[in-house]
Amino acid sequence: MEGLLSLAVKAIFVENLALSFFLGMCTFIAVSKKISTAIGLGISVMVVQTITVPANNVILNGLLKPGALSWAGFGDVDLTFLGLISYIGVIAAMVQILEMILDKYFPPLYNALGIFLPLITVNCAILGGSLFMVERDYSFPESVTYGLSSGFGWALAITAMAGVREKLKYSDIPDGLQGLGITFITAGLMAMGFMSFSGVKL
Amino acid sequence: MAQTRRTYLVDPLVDNNPITLQVLGICSALAVTSSLKVSFVMALAVIFVTGFSSMFISMLRNQIPSSIRIIVQMVIIASLVILVDQILKAFLYEISKTLSVFVGLIITNCIVMGRAEAFAMKNPPLDSFVDGVGNGLGYGFILMLVGTIRELFGAGSLFGITILPTVNNGGWYVPNGMLLLPPSAFFIIGLIIWAFRSWKPEQVEEREFSIQKVEAH
Repeated sequence: MEGLLSLAVKAIFVENLALSFFLGMCTFIAVSKKISTAIGLGISVMVVQTITVPANNVILNGLLKPGALSWAGFGDVDLTFLGLISYIGVIAAMVQILEMILDKYFPPLYNALGIFLPLITVNCAILGGSLFMVERDYSFPESVTYGLSSGFGWALAITAMAGVREKLKYSDIPDGLQGLGITFITAGLMAMGFMSFSGVKL
Repeated sequence: MAQTRRTYLVDPLVDNNPITLQVLGICSALAVTSSLKVSFVMALAVIFVTGFSSMFISMLRNQIPSSIRIIVQMVIIASLVILVDQILKAFLYEISKTLSVFVGLIITNCIVMGRAEAFAMKNPPLDSFVDGVGNGLGYGFILMLVGTIRELFGAGSLFGITILPTVNNGGWYVPNGMLLLPPSAFFIIGLIIWAFRSWKPEQVEEREFSIQKVEAH
């Protein structure tokens, strides 16, 4: 249990997907103009991340790893090279299913998140989370924790960024730096702030 | 015709650069640029994937039903990325270790998807191929620029060859350690955008609020 807690804190702050690994930057920069939309996107990323990381963990351990297919009589088959294509397939399918479920049973939530859901398929934070899970060889409970907390970390980062940008638009910025340029520099400063967590050990 | 094809190739370099103007494919631009060699390999991989994925998607564009087009595009892109990943693992194992998950993340690199959606679904294969390669080049150009700055001033070398001998090795150059850390890439790209937009003022974004000038009494 303690291990899982420290994994969660590590995934939220020390190894924040957005600000330490720079994943999901395209949406991070493009959709952080208003706090309300940023929170909406952040929550949807968190939900999708919590579902897809464990799902990909099951696929990896149950189908792709060397020896995983021994129950079917293919003991020495190694399918890990198919990893990328199966993870992205799972992500695309999950997003599609989530969209349908939300549409049918939770229409208010669907209306709030609707436009962001398709964007999530191409959000590198989601695929990145699954790939880190593979690289670090997480067990199933670890992958659930990692999915939830890394998604939360990303949501935290984009909300903070949107807060900064909402204030920033009133400031007098040189013409060439207006918009995208200053956003990059702000993100750089935030990333440096998050680097101060890197010494934290639990 | 040849004229337009050349514009497809040259346009994304500065005038319509995927990173500085279209805000596509930023994730990997930040994370892999700490040394020039790695940026170079990454740029080549992306050029290969964008070029061929645009070409294949454009070949199939009349057959793909629009409701499942995202998944079809994903499968094409993912297959090409697996190819790149396996080649890197076989021939450039060291670099593929440094790139770690970022090779896989080419799949979700918005440049590839963005060009597939915006260009390849509407244009013939050869044009799409050229457009894909052009956008890959535009991305590679920024990647190499950032990589050069970071490696030269952060470690005093280029492609691992010492250019500015550092103090640690008995030279005179005191390296700027911050440039080796990831956040510096944000600053460099921010400044590159500033430079580009000062050179080409038509790329400057509209202000949402303007500072009001008050007449002195």
